[in-house]
Amino acid sequence: MSTAMNSQKVGFRPASQTALNNPDLQQALARARGGFVDKRQIAIEALPEFEAIKARAKAIKDHSLDHLSDYLIEFEENVTASGGQVHWAQTTEQANEIILNICNEAKARKITKGKSMISEEMQLNAALEQADFEVMETDLGEYIIQLAKETPSHIIAPAVHKTKAQIETLFDQFHAADLPSNRSREALVSEARLRLREAFLSADVGITGANFLVANTGSTVLVTNEGNGDLTASIPDVHIVTASIDKVIPKLSDLPTFLRLLGRSATGQEITTYTTLFTGPKQAPDEAGPKAFHVVLLDNGRSEILHSEFKAALRCIRCGACMNHCAVYGTVGGHAYESVYPGPIGQVMTPLLNGLEGSLDTISACTMNGHCSVVCPMSIPLTDLIRQHRINAFTQNKNSLIERKGLGAWQWLSLHPRAYCLGTALSGRAVKMLNAWPFLQRFTPMLRGWKTGRALMRAQGTTFQAQYKKRRQHEDTT
Amino acid sequence: MKVALFSTCIVDTLKPEIGFATLTLLEAAGCEVSVPTQSCCGQANFNNGDTKGARALALQWLKVFEAYEYVVIPSGSCAAMLKIHGPSLFSDDEALQLRFKALTQRSYELSAFLSEIACPVFEQEISTATPASYHDSCSGLRDLYIKAQPRALLAASNTVELTELSNAEACCGFGGTFCVKHPEISCRLADDKIATLEAADTRMLIGGDWGCLMHLKGRIDALNKPIDVKHFSEVLASAIKGAH
Repeated sequence: MSTAMNSQKVGFRPASQTALNNPDLQQALARARGGFVDKRQIAIEALPEFEAIKARAKAIKDHSLDHLSDYLIEFEENVTASGGQVHWAQTTEQANEIILNICNEAKARKITKGKSMISEEMQLNAALEQADFEVMETDLGEYIIQLAKETPSHIIAPAVHKTKAQIETLFDQFHAADLPSNRSREALVSEARLRLREAFLSADVGITGANFLVANTGSTVLVTNEGNGDLTASIPDVHIVTASIDKVIPKLSDLPTFLRLLGRSATGQEITTYTTLFTGPKQAPDEAGPKAFHVVLLDNGRSEILHSEFKAALRCIRCGACMNHCAVYGTVGGHAYESVYPGPIGQVMTPLLNGLEGSLDTISACTMNGHCSVVCPMSIPLTDLIRQHRINAFTQNKNSLIERKGLGAWQWLSLHPRAYCLGTALSGRAVKMLNAWPFLQRFTPMLRGWKTGRALMRAQGTTFQAQYKKRRQHEDTT
Repeated sequence: MKVALFSTCIVDTLKPEIGFATLTLLEAAGCEVSVPTQSCCGQANFNNGDTKGARALALQWLKVFEAYEYVVIPSGSCAAMLKIHGPSLFSDDEALQLRFKALTQRSYELSAFLSEIACPVFEQEISTATPASYHDSCSGLRDLYIKAQPRALLAASNTVELTELSNAEACCGFGGTFCVKHPEISCRLADDKIATLEAADTRMLIGGDWGCLMHLKGRIDALNKPIDVKHFSEVLASAIKGAH
C-alpha cells in the first residue's frame, strides 16, 4: 500500500473549483460542518470558565515558547532518565532517516502508525515504503485514506471528505469480495477493526504522534477516540513518537488546562475517549510495553517561526476549530489547499513551510470574517497572521502587477479629492454605461470576477458627495 | 451635537441612498451633520497587504475628520478598519497614533451611534410591518459587537418584523477583493445565505454593510429571486416623519 503524497498540484483556484463541483465532497462537507460547530458550541456553553482556561493556556504556551530550548532540554533529560531516547531533526529528511535507522536496527518489517500530522509533514509513509517496510495506518480515517491513496483533508478528521457510500465501495475493494451492499456504519467499522487487529498484533514498530510533550516528566501525551494509538504504542517492541518542537509544555500539572480546551474545541467532547501518557519503555514491574522508546523532535522551520511575526501560530494545539468554522474550508474542503495543513491555520503555516511564492492563491482565499480567530482556543490571531502574509507578499513584490497597480491607483485617487470626485463620478457613470452596453464588460477584469455569478448593480451615475453638495447649494439659494 | 458623516467609498459611489438615509436619521436625532470632502478608509489596501497605502488613506481620514465631535459611519467593516486596525498603522509615530486613537474613540458605526449617543424618534405610522431577516456582517459583528443594536432600532421603528436566520452570522462570501478573486466560492457562500432566506420565506434582507449586501443582491438578481435587499438605515429612515 502506498500513500500518494503531493500528487499533481494544480493550485488553489482550480482545485477549489473542482471541489465546488464535486457532489460527494459537498455532501460530506455539509454533513461534517453542522456536527463540529454545534457540538463545540454546546460543550463550551456548558463550561462558564472556558475563557479563563483559554487565557491560562495562552500564558503557559507563550511562556513555553519564550523558554523553548530550556524546556526541550529538560524534556530530553527526563526521557533519557526514564530509559528512552530523544533524536533531534532539523529537517523532515533528517527525521525520516532517523526513523528508518531505528526500524532497520530493530530488523522490523511491519509498522503500525497512529495519526500524526508531523509524519504527514515528513511524508514518512512514502519514505518507509520506499525502504520496503509495510506500513499500516491505524486511525480509522487515516486507514480509509491510505486505502484510497489520498492525503488527510482535515487535521483531526482525515477522511471527513468521504461519504459513507464511497467508504463502502473502497472497503468492498480491499476487504472481501462477497460483502452485502449498503452495510451499516457499525459493520464497516467492524471490517476495518478486524484488519487493524491483525496489524496491531504483528507489528514490529509502532509510530505515533504526540499532542503534547511534558518537560518535567519526559512524557509524550496522546489523545484519541479509537484507542488505536495505545495499541500501536504498546504492542510492538519499539515505539517511536514523532513530534514538532513546539509541542512542549513545562509541567504535568499544566496538561489539564490544554486537555480541557482541546476536546471541546475539536469535537465538543469534554475529554477524548483515550488520553495516554507515554514515559519511557517497559520498566519493571510493567508486564507489557515496548522495549525501546524513541522521540523524534522535528524543527522543520519552527525555530525560525519562533523569531518571526508568526510566533503565535506555534501556540496551535491542532484542534481543527478554525477549519470547522471557516466559510471557505466549509465550501471547498481540505484538499483544495494542497498542503498538509488546510483551513486558516494552514493558510498561516503553508507559506512558512513551503514558501510564500507558491502560496499566494491560498492566502488570498480568506474573506477576513474573523470567525477562526474567535473560536481558536489558543487565541491565535489567525486572520491577522493571514493578512501578515499578504503584507509580506506585497512588500516583497510577490503579488500580481494588476493588483499592485490597482491598489496604487486607488490610493492615489483617494488622496486627491478632485481626482477622486471626478473618478468616482465617472465610475458611477461607467457602471451605468456597462449596464447599457454589456459588450463593454468584457474589457474590465474586476468586473469579470464580479459577473461570475452576480448581476451588475444599477448605479445612479453620481456620487453621494456630489448629490449632497448639489442639494446644499439648492437649499442655500432657496 | 456636531457630527461628521463618513459615508464610505462604497456608499459614496455605488449606493448614495444609504448616505442620505443616514443623514435623515442623524438630523432627526438632533445632530448638526457635516459631510466633509472624503474618500476611503484604506481597508482594501490594508487587507491586500498594502499597509503603506492604507496608512496614507488613514492619515487623510484623520485630517479630514479630526475637527469634529463625532464621526458616524454606516458600515461595520469600515468602522472596524479604523477603530480596530487603524491605530496599528501608526506604530512608528506615537503622537500620531494617540491622535488617531482619540478620533476613533469618537467614531461610531451608525447603529452603535443611534443606540448609544443619539436616537431619532420614529413617528411614521406604518400599518403593517414587512417580514424581513437580518444578516450580520462579520467585521461589525466580531470586531465591534454589532448585533443587538440594529435589531433593537428596527423593532423600535416598527417597520419590519424580523425572522432570525439560522446562519445570520455566517460569512456571505463578499470579503472585499475576495469576491472577485474567488467568485465561485463567494457565490456559493451567498447561495447558502439565500437558501436560508428562502426557507424562512422572507422577502427582505437587511444588513449594515453595503459591501456584503451589494454582493448578495448581485447574486439574488442573477438568480432572479424575489428578495429585496436593504441597508438598515434605509428601512429606519422610512419611519422618520418628513423624510424624503
